[in-house]
Amino acid sequence: MNDWSPILISMKTASLSILITFFVGLIVAWGIIKIKNDSIKIVLDGIFTLPIVLPPTVVGFFLLYIFGVRGPIGKFFIDFFATKIAFSWSATVIAAVVMSFPLMYRSARGAFEQVDSNLLDAGRTLGMSEWKIFWKVLFANALPGIISGGILAYARGLGEFGATAMLAGNIAGQTRTLPMAVYSEVAAGNMGTAFDYVIVIVFISFIAIFIMDYVSLRKEKQWR
Amino acid sequence: MSGKLLKVDIHKKLKEFDLDVNFELKNGCLGILGPSGCGKSMTLKSIAGIVDPDSGIVSLATGKEHVYFDSDNKVNLKPQKRNVGYLFQNYALFPNMTVEENVGIGLQNNDEKVVSEMIRRFHLEGLEKRYPRQLSGGQQQRVALARIMAYGPDVILLDEPFSAMDTVLKEQLRREMANFLANFNGFSILVTHDRDEAFQFCDELIILDKGKIIAKGKTVDLFENPRKVEVARLTGCKNISKIEIVDDYHVKSLDWNVTFEVSEKVSSAISHIGIRAHDFYPAQKDDVNAVATADSTKLEMPFEWQISLANGLLWKLDKQMREHEFAIPEYLKVDPKNIILLEE
Repeated sequence: MNDWSPILISMKTASLSILITFFVGLIVAWGIIKIKNDSIKIVLDGIFTLPIVLPPTVVGFFLLYIFGVRGPIGKFFIDFFATKIAFSWSATVIAAVVMSFPLMYRSARGAFEQVDSNLLDAGRTLGMSEWKIFWKVLFANALPGIISGGILAYARGLGEFGATAMLAGNIAGQTRTLPMAVYSEVAAGNMGTAFDYVIVIVFISFIAIFIMDYVSLRKEKQWR
Repeated sequence: MSGKLLKVDIHKKLKEFDLDVNFELKNGCLGILGPSGCGKSMTLKSIAGIVDPDSGIVSLATGKEHVYFDSDNKVNLKPQKRNVGYLFQNYALFPNMTVEENVGIGLQNNDEKVVSEMIRRFHLEGLEKRYPRQLSGGQQQRVALARIMAYGPDVILLDEPFSAMDTVLKEQLRREMANFLANFNGFSILVTHDRDEAFQFCDELIILDKGKIIAKGKTVDLFENPRKVEVARLTGCKNISKIEIVDDYHVKSLDWNVTFEVSEKVSSAISHIGIRAHDFYPAQKDDVNAVATADSTKLEMPFEWQISLANGLLWKLDKQMREHEFAIPEYLKVDPKNIILLEE
């Protein structure tokens, strides 16, 4: 293995995308549980969950439609910032965020819904601000579930292939992430190099799961 | 203290029924007694601001008037601004925070002095660093009360505080709570389905059924003279029967098939009578209101005999622990003044 760029690109993409997915997922989950109208809730939930159900290439197709040179957002960025989104590094991040978002959102929502609503009302009658209630009560008590959602989302972002191929392509040194590199090396018959990349992916994934599991386990033990 | 007044008048459409509750409280503890699902908790939540009523007023005067909710003038204060303490049925302690963090969370600047004072007042010394799951039920209730008191509320709302407890703990906590409420210089409202709790803690009582107030008054008066069938049942009257009026002072119970003499003139509105299970005494055949006890069954409790007569009447009689034998007298009687006349 003499090309380290896929590792670097994948690390950058997975890190930035989990950061975005994590916070946006949390906020969206919080927003959804606050909606009282059931039909609005179901429709929004459907939209946010769709990427996990659809084939990744189909999601990639939609993304290309939106972020492509002639798509509404893609055109906007070209006109006003003179930057192309599709087939650039930022496209790998967009693909990873969209594909990993449902996992984060659904886990966070499930974890929030598990928290006794009396705790939130108790916070309110004790004069805590809604922001403080969110972080100190809702978030803190949902943490184990949120962390496992984070693990899944991170792993999904790291392994993203289909939508990335559609939106970002497979440009060496720019958008070639680890899964792309594995595919390219195998296609070129370089099984040895592909194997090296596979080892790296397995290693990173394992470390991520270990760290997050350790954190959530310790938190839970502390309260018992 | 004069000028203190809690005014509540709320209306809310619920799935099963409409909630209409109105009362004024000048001081002390008000009890709201009712079967489960009658709108008791909803009333408390409306006062705290956790639930919005459709219309009405909730206001508190403590020298100065605070309007919490007024649908006509579009006032609806957030729960954070109401200064109302709410003791939840499961206490709602934050499981991720220690005892002292729980107690201090409602304070703006996390004043350590107040926290340590509350820890002392509620006998929680040594438990400061524990988490709620590591505490007994009684300790949890004290932490919940300490957390409310640290916040310095004007009103305390108690939502079935003893419902999920074993008997031994319940008795101990009731004593603690009675002590606490006696020293609390504000309003308190206790919601319960247990007549003993209502009687023990509350000077005044509201009886709620399907969202409507069916009786309101001094607790002792409501227990002595319930007037209505549902009130009699909720205040623990075990024997209630539909009646036929025989004459001004005699009624015939249709369920037990016995005619009773009563001490008060029976008006045409009276449809039922009630007899408390403790109000029967051994009698002779010719006594007033004598009831034959043939074929009755007895049930032994530690300190009480419960005797079910063949016609359905229930008699309770205190006994000693060591006493295990009891001969049921042939006849029982009820003093005419102990027969409660009830309206539907």
